[in-house]
Amino acid sequence: MAIKKNNNFIKLAALRCRVNGRAVQKMVETGKRLLDFLRSDLRLTGTKEGCGDGECGACTVLLDGRPVNACMVMALQAAGRSVVTIEGISPDPRILHPLQQGFIDQGGVQCGFCIPGMIMSCAALLEKNPQADLEAIKAGMSGNLCRCTGYEKIFRAVEQARRELELKNAQR
Amino acid sequence: MRTENGALEGVENLKTVHRSVRRVDGLALACGTAQFTDDVDIRGLLTGKILWSPHAHARIKKIDVSEARKIPGVRAVLTHRDVPRVPRTTAGQGYPEPSPYDSVVLDDKVRFVGDRVAAVAADSPEIADKALAAIRVDYEILPAVFDPLEAMRKGAPVIHDQPDSKHIADAQKNIACKFDFEVKQGEWFSGADAIIDKTYKTQYAQHCALEPHVTITYLDGNDRLIIRTSTQVPFHCRRIVAQSLKIPIKRVRVIKPRIGGGFGAKQEIVLEDICSALTLATRRPVKIELTRKETFISTRTRHPSVIRLKTGVKKDGAITDALMEVVVNSGAYGTHALTVMMCAGSHTLPMYKIGNIRFDGRSVYTNLPIGGAYRGYGATQGFFAWESQMDLMAEAIGMDPVEFRRKSYIRAGETSPVFKAMGEGREGVPQTIVSSGLFEALDKALEAGGWAEKRRAYARQTGVLRRGIGLACLMQGSGIAEIDMGAATLKLNEDGSFNLLIGATDIGTGADTVLSQIAAEVLGVKETDIIVTASDTDVTPFDVGAYASSTTYISGHAVKKTAEKIREQILKVASGILDEKVEDLRLEGGMVAAKSGAACKLAEVANTSLYYRDQHQIIASASHFSHTSPPPFAAHVAEVEVDTETGQVTVLRYVAAVDCGTAINPALAEGQTEGAVLNGISFAMTEEMKFAPGGRTLNGTFRKYKLFNTLDTPPIVTILVPTYEPSGPFGAKSVAEISINGAQAAIANAICNAAGVRLYDPPFTPEKVLAALKKRS
Repeated sequence: MAIKKNNNFIKLAALRCRVNGRAVQKMVETGKRLLDFLRSDLRLTGTKEGCGDGECGACTVLLDGRPVNACMVMALQAAGRSVVTIEGISPDPRILHPLQQGFIDQGGVQCGFCIPGMIMSCAALLEKNPQADLEAIKAGMSGNLCRCTGYEKIFRAVEQARRELELKNAQR
Repeated sequence: MRTENGALEGVENLKTVHRSVRRVDGLALACGTAQFTDDVDIRGLLTGKILWSPHAHARIKKIDVSEARKIPGVRAVLTHRDVPRVPRTTAGQGYPEPSPYDSVVLDDKVRFVGDRVAAVAADSPEIADKALAAIRVDYEILPAVFDPLEAMRKGAPVIHDQPDSKHIADAQKNIACKFDFEVKQGEWFSGADAIIDKTYKTQYAQHCALEPHVTITYLDGNDRLIIRTSTQVPFHCRRIVAQSLKIPIKRVRVIKPRIGGGFGAKQEIVLEDICSALTLATRRPVKIELTRKETFISTRTRHPSVIRLKTGVKKDGAITDALMEVVVNSGAYGTHALTVMMCAGSHTLPMYKIGNIRFDGRSVYTNLPIGGAYRGYGATQGFFAWESQMDLMAEAIGMDPVEFRRKSYIRAGETSPVFKAMGEGREGVPQTIVSSGLFEALDKALEAGGWAEKRRAYARQTGVLRRGIGLACLMQGSGIAEIDMGAATLKLNEDGSFNLLIGATDIGTGADTVLSQIAAEVLGVKETDIIVTASDTDVTPFDVGAYASSTTYISGHAVKKTAEKIREQILKVASGILDEKVEDLRLEGGMVAAKSGAACKLAEVANTSLYYRDQHQIIASASHFSHTSPPPFAAHVAEVEVDTETGQVTVLRYVAAVDCGTAINPALAEGQTEGAVLNGISFAMTEEMKFAPGGRTLNGTFRKYKLFNTLDTPPIVTILVPTYEPSGPFGAKSVAEISINGAQAAIANAICNAAGVRLYDPPFTPEKVLAALKKRS
């Protein structure tokens, strides 16, 4: 399908996917990035754009559980898949995800612009490697740049979350 | 200054201040719900884009926008013919700014690759791009100059030849600003046993706040211009936009939402004037959001510097003479050019006890990107030179570098003639050091860094991998004496909560939290009972903004004074309720408590004053400025490993001990320190903007401009060394900038300890280290 907008033909296609657990069905421009789809069409503005080039990680979201830079993925590539953003990281919106709690408790947040992306990367990391030690945490987060913190308190935040999640898993 | 149990006097009974409470905005930031500039929906929002100059130096002979204007969906195309021509500076500084008035909104001349040529507003980003491509510009290409020393020579192209600029020191020689002073106590170098004469060069670098510059402008129902922008200086922004577009200040309102980092890059009018011009032309909301590449090529940088230090030293360790010649490359415009250049001296020289002192500074125009404010603000460049030179002087007289430093540094109770000779852009204010934790910081950093053992162990190494340890000590200011001012307003609500309205500008630093803690401490409530509004020029009182390490020290003091006024008002009302004397009342735990045991809640005080008796709003405002700018001090120890075959330097560990007075929030003070340290290390090791022969930026992406990531980061040990500064709120000084100043010198000194070669031109790349090693052998 194509529509005419300001003398330009824009190709649209139907996108069906799940975003933060909810079914989403929308017509989207074929050239639209997943980042713009999330921020503009769904108004999920927690995901940030820091470079638009896949280099800073501020726009990290989970696509079928794997961390991706939403600026490097077309919206239509999410068809039939599940997207999780910072807004959906906690299964219960009334309860913080252990990573969010960790960042708050350990002072891992300064300007906060990189934090949603950081949390999404770490969530994928801890899901894959629940025992991640400091070296594994550093490697797992190396695609996420932060200019404010010097990373020290971010490492502490992720370690706190890892302990919390280990405890939860043990109780299960 | 310490009580019997070892606590610092004045901070022993604090409830909220001096505690690592959680950030008041932490929850929203961790949940992604905090609203940054671009996180709101505005109906009918147009996309604004800017056409950047492809040439380093050119005159616009002709500019034809007729084709661009015909494109459907294009709402405005602006060139120099369409905007007022008012020379001004884009530097967000106190008025009148010490920076030359050498730029206009749009000019008929371009002065660097990335200068503004024209601006468009269109219905979509794609249409805006088409419009930019349809603008035809006929340039007369002019000779360009890229080296500041060449730019000062006779016959060099004159970059600012326009007649209407103001306050340029010597436009014909491309000198934007100059400053010199001399304090002479005897014949130059007559008392010196050794003379060290070295030249240090620092490089072009960028702030790289993760949120690129972004501005949204629109008109409200009363035809007022609303500017929602990622800024460190809302009030300066309002003034400069009004000045640039020739509209009254009363017609402009600047709103600062959450800011995604600044580091000085946003102490500047980068987009607000041109975005506003597009809104005035279209009468529509307009957003300009820079891409990362545009941020690199067109915004601001750390002024590169060439610093010559010629110092004389006696065998007993006395520094007899210091001649400091500073040339900073200001790029195409002189924003912060005078003040950054001066701070290379005014924020370093007072730390050393020196006989004869001469400072000679020039800020020079070139056809490269614009220098601006950058965390450290000249002190970063100055301390690389000074703390490298300290090791050289110690070596020349055969003294231990630590012992030499202990003899040379200023102590509490002492003063330096430099304080009076050099301020920021003008003569300074004399001051005596009241609080200093410098020597304690030095001891602690050396101990935590394992200095004594390691320095000895690393002395005679052979083999490919060699380790080294290096030291640098630092100072900065706390606000600008007799220039910076902050104000606050507090009011009491029915539930005992307070609104705190401040012009102070949290750009990610934690200012909202620190200022809430200060108010909460005075009012006997929790910091979460303080609702912060910051900053909105229509709503909040004036503040110069987030720069010069001023917020805690200046704005924090304004908040403390305001809270004390509110406390008086509350006690007066409570005295009526409880039938007790005011002197017998105190604020505690959200209550007013009397010596007799009687008490009432703040909510009752609020309700009484609002609804029942002698009705009035409990509200107060106060301002603060300071006659002094007490320096924080720091000592940094870096440990490195040098691969003598490849030249690769790895920073193994970094210790930063900081005296920031009372840390209002120790966790936040540590965070400021760690962030500044890593930015400093990254600046020392990898960061450098590179240019093609024609002046085009070659590495305007994060792939090519290398910031330290999680894997590159060495362990950073932060030690807060508490002192009590009587002129600061609860004894606080500043902490934000100082720790960016140490890494270049500490690492250079460590490399020298490891491999016996001294580097004078960061970043310390493998090529440079290898070249130095080859030259030595």
